[in-house]
Amino acid sequence: MDRQVDVVVVGGGSTGCGVVRDLARRGLDTVLVEKGNLTHGTTGRMHGLLHSGGRYAVSDQKSAEECIEENMVLRDIAAHCVEETGGLFVKRPEDSEEYFQEKLEGCRACDIPAEVIDGEEARRREPYLARDVEKAIALPDGAVDPFRLCVSNAADAREHGARIETHAPVTDVLVEDGEVVGVEIEHETGPGKRVHREPGTTEEIRARHVVNATGAWAGNIGEMAGVDVEVRPSKGVMTVMNTRQVDTVINRCRPKGDADIIVPHETACILGTTDEEVDDPEDYPEEDWEVDLMIETLSELVPALEDARTLRSFWGVRPLYEPPGTGTEDPTDITRDYFLLDHGDRDDLPGMTTIVGGKLTTYRMMAESISDHVCETLGHEATCDTADAPLPGSENPARMEELMDEFGLRSPVARRSGQRLGSRADDVLDEYDPNPIVCNCESVTRAEVQDAVDEAGSDLNAVRLRTRASMGNCQGGFCTHRIASELAQEYPEPVVRDAEDELYQERWKGQRHALWGEQLSQAMLNHMLHATTMNRDGDPANLDESVDFDAFDAGAGSPDASGSGSDEAGSTGTAAADGGRATGDASADGGRATGDATADGGR
Amino acid sequence: MAITSDVLVVGGGLAAVTAAVSAAREGADVRLVSHKASTLRQASGLIDALGYVPATEPAKPLRDGPPTAGRNLDPDEWPDPEGPLADPFEAIDRLPESHPYRIAGSDALRDGLDLFDDLAGDAYRGGHTDRNALVPTFGGAVKPTARYPAAAEAGLASDDRPALIVGFRSLTEYDARAFAGRLEAAGVPFDAAGAEVEFAEAFRADAKITRVAKALDHDEEIDGVPAREALAKAVAPHLHDVVDGSGGVDRVERVGFPAFLGDDEGEAVRAELAERLGADVFEIPMGPPSLPGLRLEDRLFDALDAEGVRFETGNPVVGVESAADGRVETVAVDRKGRTAPYGADAFVLATGGLVGKGLDSDREGVREPVFDLFVDQPDDRYEWFVDDAFGDQPYARFGVRPDERMRPVDGDGAVQYENVFAAGGVVGGADAAREKSASGVSLATGIVAGRQAATEATQ
Repeated sequence: MDRQVDVVVVGGGSTGCGVVRDLARRGLDTVLVEKGNLTHGTTGRMHGLLHSGGRYAVSDQKSAEECIEENMVLRDIAAHCVEETGGLFVKRPEDSEEYFQEKLEGCRACDIPAEVIDGEEARRREPYLARDVEKAIALPDGAVDPFRLCVSNAADAREHGARIETHAPVTDVLVEDGEVVGVEIEHETGPGKRVHREPGTTEEIRARHVVNATGAWAGNIGEMAGVDVEVRPSKGVMTVMNTRQVDTVINRCRPKGDADIIVPHETACILGTTDEEVDDPEDYPEEDWEVDLMIETLSELVPALEDARTLRSFWGVRPLYEPPGTGTEDPTDITRDYFLLDHGDRDDLPGMTTIVGGKLTTYRMMAESISDHVCETLGHEATCDTADAPLPGSENPARMEELMDEFGLRSPVARRSGQRLGSRADDVLDEYDPNPIVCNCESVTRAEVQDAVDEAGSDLNAVRLRTRASMGNCQGGFCTHRIASELAQEYPEPVVRDAEDELYQERWKGQRHALWGEQLSQAMLNHMLHATTMNRDGDPANLDESVDFDAFDAGAGSPDASGSGSDEAGSTGTAAADGGRATGDASADGGRATGDATADGGR
Repeated sequence: MAITSDVLVVGGGLAAVTAAVSAAREGADVRLVSHKASTLRQASGLIDALGYVPATEPAKPLRDGPPTAGRNLDPDEWPDPEGPLADPFEAIDRLPESHPYRIAGSDALRDGLDLFDDLAGDAYRGGHTDRNALVPTFGGAVKPTARYPAAAEAGLASDDRPALIVGFRSLTEYDARAFAGRLEAAGVPFDAAGAEVEFAEAFRADAKITRVAKALDHDEEIDGVPAREALAKAVAPHLHDVVDGSGGVDRVERVGFPAFLGDDEGEAVRAELAERLGADVFEIPMGPPSLPGLRLEDRLFDALDAEGVRFETGNPVVGVESAADGRVETVAVDRKGRTAPYGADAFVLATGGLVGKGLDSDREGVREPVFDLFVDQPDDRYEWFVDDAFGDQPYARFGVRPDERMRPVDGDGAVQYENVFAAGGVVGGADAAREKSASGVSLATGIVAGRQAATEATQ
């Protein structure tokens, strides 16, 4: 109970996962606690852009330089999380030529490989680009899967002795004698995996140092410790399209503005974004004008978006921070740089460090810098190797190609599985025979789902994040129940039911922002399947009152068919029903002669 | 020269067939035009009438206005529906006034069910009583329904004989163990067990259920054993899996399978399995592609033939071509890119709802694309939904508003065209999914629309 660990890292986003991996590899005894799933906060709610740095090449060259450096690192250590799409900054006739040149010079100044191509060449690469796009700067933007990235970091940390606790919100920061000595957490369903219907527990984790890597929530943890951390959360919308209209990251080449990027991501394209300061990172309006703005403005770059199918929209909050007294008005002007706040120096409260700001592309560098700081504070000497050591799944990229032939799967499915699992594919796919597809839209097989269940318990949102199951066109309509059924191998029925309901409701949340055209039809079809056909909403298993089964038809051949049961049914409704029968029978005697006899006998 | 008939029915689902047959039986000359495969193949094949009066009080949002990141609802606070209802007729008065059952009347539902019984013949059961049956569906929940395929009869939940639910390891639609657990949680009056067996593995891992059905139809050999025998052998070891409340082991008296027990030869397949297993055999209605839905579709189109209704599929009706004096004269039918006028004295619109594309929408609004009929809807698309996926969704009730003769009316309640009638999913006001009323609404509105169209055309 009183065992003390070296470090508790609070926050399971990219920064926290990066820090716990780094510290664990340096030999420190480390625990990561996260209140939801890994990536629950901002990391899981971004467009998945792997920055080349081009975006900051004019306004924030320090960030730009860090981006290109880390961009190259992640291509190596996280190959199975990265898609090397390339990016374009495109210029429309109304966009400033002067800014285009500044952007180009900025890229060169920051060592970002950049090449100018004309409109024709740009459309040769991306045929759906608008005809009046004049020219573009091509540079090495990419797409990164933040879920896979975080999970791989956490997995590697665990292999190096760290403990990862999700669904474990911090309820208090322990301060003794003017020093932070640990945290109190609440395990929503007990420690370890999350399993529905398991009772919760609380736990005190004492540590030599606490790292607050909670991003937009850093203020809340600060408050528990009695220090001020003024994060300025800023929301942005991301709209998911049903297909990849573009295979390259498309940026609008203008100083700043909403709705200026399209990121191809797995089977979809993600349109982004807005930038509006909000008071509370958990509760801010998600508004239709934001969705409309994405579609309308980005249609100027890719006209096909105007009538394309939108699957859902989601919002994220950036953990923007600036030192007290800076006073920037517009959140788009706040620096994207990161800040390390040593509360010993800053607030005379040793034992805790907060990291805020920054971006996913530079998560590893941020983690390295805070890990250096923690090691120095604890007097621990070890070097960082995270820039060179590949993440689990990325050890042997060539192996992916071989998977195509190996498994009893049709090849596009094997390809998708291979891309998601990377070099772990052998181990995972070997486990199950037969290995049917569970999610058709994303070609996710049983083996992958079971692998994720092993990691995540009955938490199907965590399974979803690991596998992409339920993230395609049907948004779970055709697979929520199938994914949940996979839990039945290990968990009892009520757990399966609760997990299914939770995933279905989660999928609904994002679809509310895409309810028109094809997706409204899809939503109705899903509703008909789950409510009409499966009766998930009226299932007596979920109702408070018990059902009198005797009052229902037990079949024409059953002894009850004309027995006592019908009296009971009749007692509530006979009058109204009988009143209606006279005319009804009159018009359809022929068809019902035998049926009526039985039914009437029962009355 | 326009192609003409007394009554032109637009659509190809249950409502369209009901309207066409009932118009024909009134003596009208009827033609039916449908665009593509109906949504019947996506439906379970059960004929629901009314299973619940759903709660219309939404779980209260924390505040009005657009959804917010933090506007969560507590599932424990969601109100339960009234039901499952043993009697679908007596609850009709408690539905909202704008509900098609309230407008068409409970007699229309009764007549519609009678007509269905007539068309379906011995393939369907349930017509012997007014009461609903509780049928186990493929998620493991039981659901109230008015008519069910004969193949599902041995599975009724009010039957107290012990049951075995069979699942297949290569079929991901349900897990038989969770299925049985869910029945138990519902408090069914029988003991149940679930068994996942190997059988469909003989086919490719992702074989469609239609492939399995065909193998059973033809009793194809699987590794040298005929398919039906192979299936019975896979199930046989589990016939004593059911443990009753006192720990005793019961031999099961009925065995449930996913609805793939043959397509053309279903009855023979079930009979052979029943004999080999020494237990009744039933099918569990499934999601798309649904064999019971496909079988029903075949049966209904056979009925159209028998009733002398001419029909053509594959050609969408794209709009009104000519109208005068408040009546539609001809509609435009798109025949492979060229439009042709189809004339009639009366028209029945049975194109379905949002799923069947009888209703179309974009970010600006929802519309009915054939006759451009009035569809009542909130202006703001953020008022088309509520936060609980299974809540009182406004979008689920979208559709045209009919008068008591099933003629669509405009926002002021005035009839839009004297000779246009509507039936089925395109009619608004019902929350068919939560009420379990989809088929009943199609039957009730279909029979009224068909009769009224015939009256209009032949008067």
